[in-house]
Amino acid sequence: MVAGSASLTSDKTMSLLDLLNSLLFDHTIRTVALGTATLGIVSGVLGSFAVLRKQSLLGDALSHAALPGVAIAYMLTGSKSPAVLMLGAGAAGVLAILLLINITRQTRLKEDSVLGIVLSVFFGFGLLLLTFLQRNPDARQAGLNTFLFGQAATLLTRDVVTMAIFGGLALLFVAVFWKEFKLLSFDREFGASLGLPMPRIDMLLTTLLVVAVVIGLQAVGVVLMSAMLVAPGAAARQWTNHLGRMTLLSALFGALAGVAGALLSSLGTGLSTGPVIVLCISVIVLFSLVMAPNRGLLWNYLRQWRNRRRLRTEAVLENIYLMSSQHDDPSHPHAITALEAVSGAGNVRRSLEELQRRGLAVPYDGNKWALTAEGVRAAQTRLQPAQKDEK
Amino acid sequence: MDADKLAVQVADLTVAYQEKPVLWDVDLDVPQGVLMAIVGPNGAGKTTMLKAILGLLTPAAGHVSIFGKPYQQQRSLVGYVPQRGSVDWDFPTSVLDVVMMGNYGKLGWVRRPGAADRRAAQSALEKVGMADYADRQISQLSGGQQQRTFLARALMQDAQVYFMDEPFQGVDATTERAIVDLLKELRAQGKTVLAVHHDLQTVPEYFDWVMLLNVRRIASGPVNEVFTDENLRAAYGGRVGFLNKRQDHEPA
Repeated sequence: MVAGSASLTSDKTMSLLDLLNSLLFDHTIRTVALGTATLGIVSGVLGSFAVLRKQSLLGDALSHAALPGVAIAYMLTGSKSPAVLMLGAGAAGVLAILLLINITRQTRLKEDSVLGIVLSVFFGFGLLLLTFLQRNPDARQAGLNTFLFGQAATLLTRDVVTMAIFGGLALLFVAVFWKEFKLLSFDREFGASLGLPMPRIDMLLTTLLVVAVVIGLQAVGVVLMSAMLVAPGAAARQWTNHLGRMTLLSALFGALAGVAGALLSSLGTGLSTGPVIVLCISVIVLFSLVMAPNRGLLWNYLRQWRNRRRLRTEAVLENIYLMSSQHDDPSHPHAITALEAVSGAGNVRRSLEELQRRGLAVPYDGNKWALTAEGVRAAQTRLQPAQKDEK
Repeated sequence: MDADKLAVQVADLTVAYQEKPVLWDVDLDVPQGVLMAIVGPNGAGKTTMLKAILGLLTPAAGHVSIFGKPYQQQRSLVGYVPQRGSVDWDFPTSVLDVVMMGNYGKLGWVRRPGAADRRAAQSALEKVGMADYADRQISQLSGGQQQRTFLARALMQDAQVYFMDEPFQGVDATTERAIVDLLKELRAQGKTVLAVHHDLQTVPEYFDWVMLLNVRRIASGPVNEVFTDENLRAAYGGRVGFLNKRQDHEPA
């Protein structure tokens, strides 16, 4: 994004240099970028598992559920310290998980309904507490509102250090319990049959997801946080079939979006960082969905197109052969119009030219075509199994 | 029968979803070294029974022992092949990686599978005719290859008793042959296999013991003793049109 606009004019090149300059030397911007990169890495890694376990909605529910925790932590302590508010958010997240697990187990409601209920009840309660607190000028100053949409510009060095410590711990847990998390995500019941405590492993992974949410709250906010959990993993899945590489790539995408978002919003255009970060990761997702080899839309389209052309060409090859075999000479030339009548739709001339490139057919006096000896053989091998079936 | 010699002993196993019993007071004794088919109509509780035996769902009542000791103490002696459709085969991992999961229970926490596990997984793949597929991404496998991957994973568990949930479900002829050979090899090694099976016609050919189940246990024992028209009718109700065909199919 940045690189693309940089090549347009020298003016833009200046701004790219400025951006790099500020990333390296401007303390505030560097702090914000470090913070959003940390958030991108942690949510990228844990989000990979959420994506693979088809639990995208869980991240959404957990981030919304954190809001009342922030408000209650402030009401109880009167502290504006991010560490305290994050602790409150984390506690609310864990409470939400426990509710989720128990409601799903005790009632006949399906998990997605329970997620929806927990999400809206917690978020509604959080909004209620926020509006109540707004009447108190101290609370307004505490900037609790920023937890809704995030305000990365308020990140201080100590916030980033806190984020890095919690995030580092979460990543350490992922490294230590890597094979258990992989087993949980791929085949939970088999893991249980091995005697591994799958419910506890699940609880641990989900708690780590809460940690990722809490880390992102201040910068991105509860509403957009779910995008940071789902998008990097979804984009990374497009590029690789290997869990480890997918997780690393997801972390890289998250970090890239974090830094790009922080820099773009620092241009002084008044854009808030959270939404810009989410837009950046969305661009990465879009690019991955379209361009990735094997799984990408463009790739699929090309593959289909190639297959269709191959099938059409082979149909024309068979048709010339079948028409010629009504004569004694298998390489008897035929007019294109006759072939068009037999082959139906599709561009017969293009198929013939393709056959000519492969040395299977040759044109005669412009509008007539015949098979070469090679072409006759190719048509015979293609038709043989079909004729066997008929017997 | 002496309880110590029994590979699997199930007593009074009862499972209920909400109020409806899906498995009612099932007793089952399986001696060591037999291949037992578990047959019964849809909804008879075959998969439920396997899962209850393996502790994957909590029974309302019942007790399971493996070689005379409670299942919980004998877990390392038990291997499990779940239904192939129970996992997402688009998961980003390789065949070898899935097979190595069979060893995760014995590896313990923190430890990663090493070169020895890799070799063991490779030889398990050889036994199911999948040696060339070790590095293949699992989404590229056919149904039969998926099934053989799961079997290799169970072999990796190096168990004494195997529980298999419909190993023959929707597989190609090559895979069917490979599974039959594998079952015979397991029996030759003195292992015990309990497999949910759907194709009644192949029961006498592939298995030597059979259990007929329809919520309750209808019968269990050697195929030539309990795989009778009478028992089949009791398990399947009137819908046993295949019975006459079975006469033609039986080995001469």
